[in-house]
Amino acid sequence: MASNRKYWKSVEELNDNSSIVETLRNNEFVEEIPTDEFLGDKDTLSSSSTTRRDFLKYVGFSTAAASLAACEGPVVKSIPYVVQPEEIIPGVADYYATTIADGFDFVNVLIKTREGRPIKVENNRLESAYTGANARVHASVLSLYDSLRLKGSKIDGKSASWSDVDAAVKASLKEANEKGGNVVLLTNTMASPSTDKLISEFIAQNPTTKHVIYDAVSSTASLDAYERVYGERALADYDFAEADVIVSVAADFLGDWQAGGYDTAYGQKRIPKNGKMSKHIQLEANMSLTGANADVRVPMTVAEQKMALVKIYNEIVGANVSVGATSRDEAVVKIAKQLKSAGNRGVLVSGLDDVNAQLLVFAINQALGSQAFIPSKPKYVRKGNSAQVAQLIKDMNAGAVHTLIMSGVNPVYTLANSASFVEGLKKVKTSVAFSLKEDETALQTTIAAAAPHYLESWGDVVIKKGHYAVMQPTIRPLFETRQFQESLMVWTGAEGAYYDYLKSVGSSMVSSKSWNKIVHDGIAEFDAVNTVSVAFDHAVAASELAKAKKVDGLELVLYTKTGMGDGQQANNPWLQEFPDPLTRVSWDNYLTMSRVDSEANGFKNYNVANGGLNGSYATVVVNGVTLEKVPVLIQPGQAVGTVGLSFGYGRKAAMKEEMQVGVNAYALYHDFKDVQGANVTVGAGDHEFACVQLQNTLMGRGDIIKETTLEVFNSKDVKEWNIFPMVSLDHQEVRANSVDIWESFDRSIGHHFNLSIDLNACTGCGACVIACHAENNVPVVGKSEIRRSRDMHWLRIDRYYSSEESFIGDVDVKNAASGFTENFNMFKELENPADNPQVAFQPVMCQHCNHAPCETVCPVAATSHGRQGQNHMAYNRCVGTRYCANNCPYKVRRFNWFLYNNNDEFDFNMNDDLGRMVLNPDVNVRSRGVMEKCSMCIQMTQATILKAKNEGRVVGKDEFQTACSAACGSGAMVFGDVNDKTSDVAKLVEEDRMYHLLEHIGTKPNVFYHVKVRNN
Amino acid sequence: MSEFINKESCFGSERNVKIVPNLVDNHFITMKKVGNHNSFSKILFFCLAVMFSFSVSSFAQDAAKGKELFNSNCAACHKLDGNSTGPALRGVVERHDTQWLHKWIKSSSSMIKSGDAAAVKLFEEWNKVVMNDFPALSDEDIDNILAYTSQPKAEPTVVAGGPTSASNSGASGDVNNMVVLGALFVVLVLLVTMLYFVKRVLNKIVEVNGLTPEVRQTTPIWKAFVKNQFLVILSTIVLVLVGSYFAFGFMMQVGVDKGYEPVQPIHFSHKIHAGDNGIDCKYCHSAARSSKTSGIPSLNVCMNCHKSISEFQGDAGTDYGTYTPEFYTAEIQKLYDAVGWDPSAQAYTGEEKPVKWVRIHNLPDFAYYNHSQHVNVAGLECQTCHGPVEEMEIMRQHAPLTMGWCIDCHRTTDVKMENNEYYAKIHEELSKKYGVEKLTVAQMGGLECGKCHY
Repeated sequence: MASNRKYWKSVEELNDNSSIVETLRNNEFVEEIPTDEFLGDKDTLSSSSTTRRDFLKYVGFSTAAASLAACEGPVVKSIPYVVQPEEIIPGVADYYATTIADGFDFVNVLIKTREGRPIKVENNRLESAYTGANARVHASVLSLYDSLRLKGSKIDGKSASWSDVDAAVKASLKEANEKGGNVVLLTNTMASPSTDKLISEFIAQNPTTKHVIYDAVSSTASLDAYERVYGERALADYDFAEADVIVSVAADFLGDWQAGGYDTAYGQKRIPKNGKMSKHIQLEANMSLTGANADVRVPMTVAEQKMALVKIYNEIVGANVSVGATSRDEAVVKIAKQLKSAGNRGVLVSGLDDVNAQLLVFAINQALGSQAFIPSKPKYVRKGNSAQVAQLIKDMNAGAVHTLIMSGVNPVYTLANSASFVEGLKKVKTSVAFSLKEDETALQTTIAAAAPHYLESWGDVVIKKGHYAVMQPTIRPLFETRQFQESLMVWTGAEGAYYDYLKSVGSSMVSSKSWNKIVHDGIAEFDAVNTVSVAFDHAVAASELAKAKKVDGLELVLYTKTGMGDGQQANNPWLQEFPDPLTRVSWDNYLTMSRVDSEANGFKNYNVANGGLNGSYATVVVNGVTLEKVPVLIQPGQAVGTVGLSFGYGRKAAMKEEMQVGVNAYALYHDFKDVQGANVTVGAGDHEFACVQLQNTLMGRGDIIKETTLEVFNSKDVKEWNIFPMVSLDHQEVRANSVDIWESFDRSIGHHFNLSIDLNACTGCGACVIACHAENNVPVVGKSEIRRSRDMHWLRIDRYYSSEESFIGDVDVKNAASGFTENFNMFKELENPADNPQVAFQPVMCQHCNHAPCETVCPVAATSHGRQGQNHMAYNRCVGTRYCANNCPYKVRRFNWFLYNNNDEFDFNMNDDLGRMVLNPDVNVRSRGVMEKCSMCIQMTQATILKAKNEGRVVGKDEFQTACSAACGSGAMVFGDVNDKTSDVAKLVEEDRMYHLLEHIGTKPNVFYHVKVRNN
Repeated sequence: MSEFINKESCFGSERNVKIVPNLVDNHFITMKKVGNHNSFSKILFFCLAVMFSFSVSSFAQDAAKGKELFNSNCAACHKLDGNSTGPALRGVVERHDTQWLHKWIKSSSSMIKSGDAAAVKLFEEWNKVVMNDFPALSDEDIDNILAYTSQPKAEPTVVAGGPTSASNSGASGDVNNMVVLGALFVVLVLLVTMLYFVKRVLNKIVEVNGLTPEVRQTTPIWKAFVKNQFLVILSTIVLVLVGSYFAFGFMMQVGVDKGYEPVQPIHFSHKIHAGDNGIDCKYCHSAARSSKTSGIPSLNVCMNCHKSISEFQGDAGTDYGTYTPEFYTAEIQKLYDAVGWDPSAQAYTGEEKPVKWVRIHNLPDFAYYNHSQHVNVAGLECQTCHGPVEEMEIMRQHAPLTMGWCIDCHRTTDVKMENNEYYAKIHEELSKKYGVEKLTVAQMGGLECGKCHY
């Protein structure tokens, strides 16, 4: 229908003479299009060698070429061995027993190698092995393939051969000998009898030599105390399996206290058996992993901890040392009474950096007659002597050191007075640093000697008295490296190789096993005389300790993070991306602060629109040293008046750019004291954290983490503390999992895999996270991607705080609320964790639901279910709709937003040939645009089945493992075949404590949990 | 379909391009040279055979026995031609006195000890390697061996004679076809010419008679077709369907490399090793028993045999195609170069040059395949998937290696559960459940995605 009506777009059009209307009529766009800028520049256009026609030709040709090339597979070359080593069959893994001893971590491990490449660290499961590999140990295999390693020795920054190095060092030693100059060997704790012998031979030949041992994070107080009482520089050992009551005063024994390794024994006693489990009480300032696992946790400042320790001492020993009042006296007295009544089944440990405190620990444990206290067989994992290190720096500055030979230490990075060390270094004629990398120290010395990684080295380690362990190479040295020991032998002119030397030392020490058997097992026991104590006056120590005073300003408690430790492996992307078990923050260190202090000082934490967490910056001044731009993280459970900061970050030398994160806390480690008085003020700007968990509390959802107390667990019926969701069927109340709209598949035949996770035994240490990383080629995505919630971890460990004093309190609050307003306010309140919350860790991976919601929504059937209970994921079939992730109630599916290998945007280990050597050849490297998730290590279960088939036998009891269950040191994760009624997991699934995550939605998962029981 | 498959060669496949000239060559040979070559070689063969039989007959009995004895006693260290651990033995009777040889063979060590000049010289010359004593050999045996060593060297043409005669029968078939086709072509051309002339004659007749031929006004067929919408739609549908059928066929074979036969850095003949010599596959591919890969044998495995087999001689009755013994010997030399073996010094030089084989079976990374499951547990013959390897001069991919191919086999193959404790329980229970006597791999769960994709 034609119409002559006129429509106006604006009133202006009514005016016929308007110039605007005219302009608009002529110009399509109101604003001028900058075509002239582009086309008007005749010079550029004419000088361009590509004409429009050429351009089209190129486009056409490249499109055609690309599509043609896609039709043709590339020619793949295969290069077999010329002479194949007998023990290697391509495609079959070999395992070697060895020991990590990097000065910080000491564990017996098994190394899985494929075609001669170490690809994974496993626990050595032999009876007497020293287990408990933590996240760092599991990640250490990647540090072997660090592309920034020192690939050859250097003299004055220029590449040099080993013969040049030898000549230079020998000449310097000769000169030192002739002129009487001092030679100093500065090493980390090696606990190696053969190295000790070599050093003594070196000293015999160069009499002016002094050997100084330096631990980056000092344990001098404990060592001094032990030396005073037991006459030896070592650390008393503890066996928590023998303790019913554990009182820990700031000892993070599930973390790095005394090099850790206590998880297994601790975990055993945490699983309630016959109505009993150990009771764990923790007094501490920072919220540590150990504190998070405690039944009772009392946050207090370090000064108060010292006073509390004296009070406990008074109670146990019956002394009457006068001591001031603490804020929690009532709790302390109760703890002391509980410990006393436990008698020899009680134990007290302490991580206080104070000789007197450590002396009191001995006194208390001796008075208790504690069975868990084993001073007779001490540990040799820390030997550093801070006083000697301080003296060395003085000597160096005085010009009294002629030659300095360092191994395994990085003092320029780890010393608080690093500047003075560097100054002193200039006065040393020859300085040698044996180092894996061209680190801060190696850059300053005259000679940077390339040292091999522990997986390329021979060695021996005595972790504790009577326990001998061998370190053996699992790969030929990748670079032109030579061991410190080998070099000592060259410089002393000793005959033969270090291996022969090691063998003769080891064979003479151990008589119970042949040398080959020792190397095969990695460990052996030898007879050693028990260490006995001498009398000491602990009353003096107690009265000294009672004088403890609060420091000025906030109490800064320096600590080591589970993921980073002392910072040796700071260039390890797995560890950088590993979220801290407590804060769930990766790629950073930060100042942990209590809510009260943050509010008082104006520090803020808030979430931004994309879910990322932001925090204020702080300026920290300690002893005149200022640390700028330290991000502040509000940590529930942090003792008021204290702040925490972790070591190991802020490194710059030999680090990839993305990994140069955090601030260097060593700068504040004045006088090797881990407690400092700090002046903390608000700095400018906000920091962007990469935190993987948005929700801090459980919000009273008692069906995710089920929890009860030992009292209820022992006295009440299972229905009261492990409440099963019920639904109505035919007007009858029935268990939710008995009703189903699906037809069930009969799984009673063949294998049916289940994974059991005991929330009581899980300490949240995260070894499983890294083991999963290594086993399944999980990519590292980097800080900014983590911040966008695009982390790729197949296995995460959720950490929940309670909003009330306990989780059960949360549930009560939630149930009591009624009406909209009350509910609304109540939930708002529940979002805030308590000042001293209970903490629960929950590892969550794909639950392998028998009735999986993800499987039904996949439009291309890329995810499907196997007879053996595993939820399969066929990556090559996946088109990336992400429906499955949306439909997953557990949020365990991970989407590959980008190509994470061979991509310069993600410059981590998968971007270089060396770093890719760690990849597991049995597992796909996923590409961009596909969904991935935990496969329940199907490559491992299939390999176990195939092994049995090849050998013509049934699969052995508990032979099935996944990477996480194999890595779990505390016994929290147990994997197996529930159809094999003899297996552990079949018994666990029948236990009263068993529950499924979100059981009411009827997914019937193959992963199940055990109700957490607290002994408070 | 075949037409489309051939198209693959257009896409510049290296392997296909290499096959084509060979085929062309063969045709030229067969078409042009066949006649003469055939008769000539027959005559040559006959003459040689006669000559050979004469020369052989003079030693007849002795040499045959001698060959047997030589192979069992001497061949480990000696060859007829060419030095090995010991010197070449052809014509040894010309170098040494027969009596002296008898003594030497029976006990060379005692001769050296007694200080026999020739013996000591020989001992010194050959790096003081003591030759084994053979006291058990009788004089007659030694004579037989010496007779065998005195035979003149066989001419290589004898071996080469085989293939040419063999290829003739196939070629003559081609010729017959060509003749028939040629004749048909000539007939067709004749017909066309005849029709042309007939038309011309008829036109001339019309012209002569003064008639104009009636020209009917007809719509061209394509216009009629365009006007008929039904036909257009129908044919479009047919075209689309046929087009997508062929397009689908073409797409599906992209990346399927069945028949892939790349040129390898060393011409290794599976036919000679696995076929003629009957070496078990798993002697070289030993990892197939225990690993996911069958393993390309490392060169030290080759050297187990090739330390003493340094040249190719071949068997008289076997067909080696166009390959000459010299060619094969040169390939063995390539192995020596790679492994760093000096055949004249009988020692490793230490200069290794690993061989870069071209991988033939390229299973994609997202598919997990384990040889030991199939070879050791299921007891499959290698040939089931790799085809008649023992007949392949050049190794090629026999199976398509597509998922459909895997699955088809899993659907139809029974699980081999005999004498395997692992299967006992599960097989009993599952077969009862499915009501079958024997379970297929599929029924055991062999079709599940996650069994191969992880």
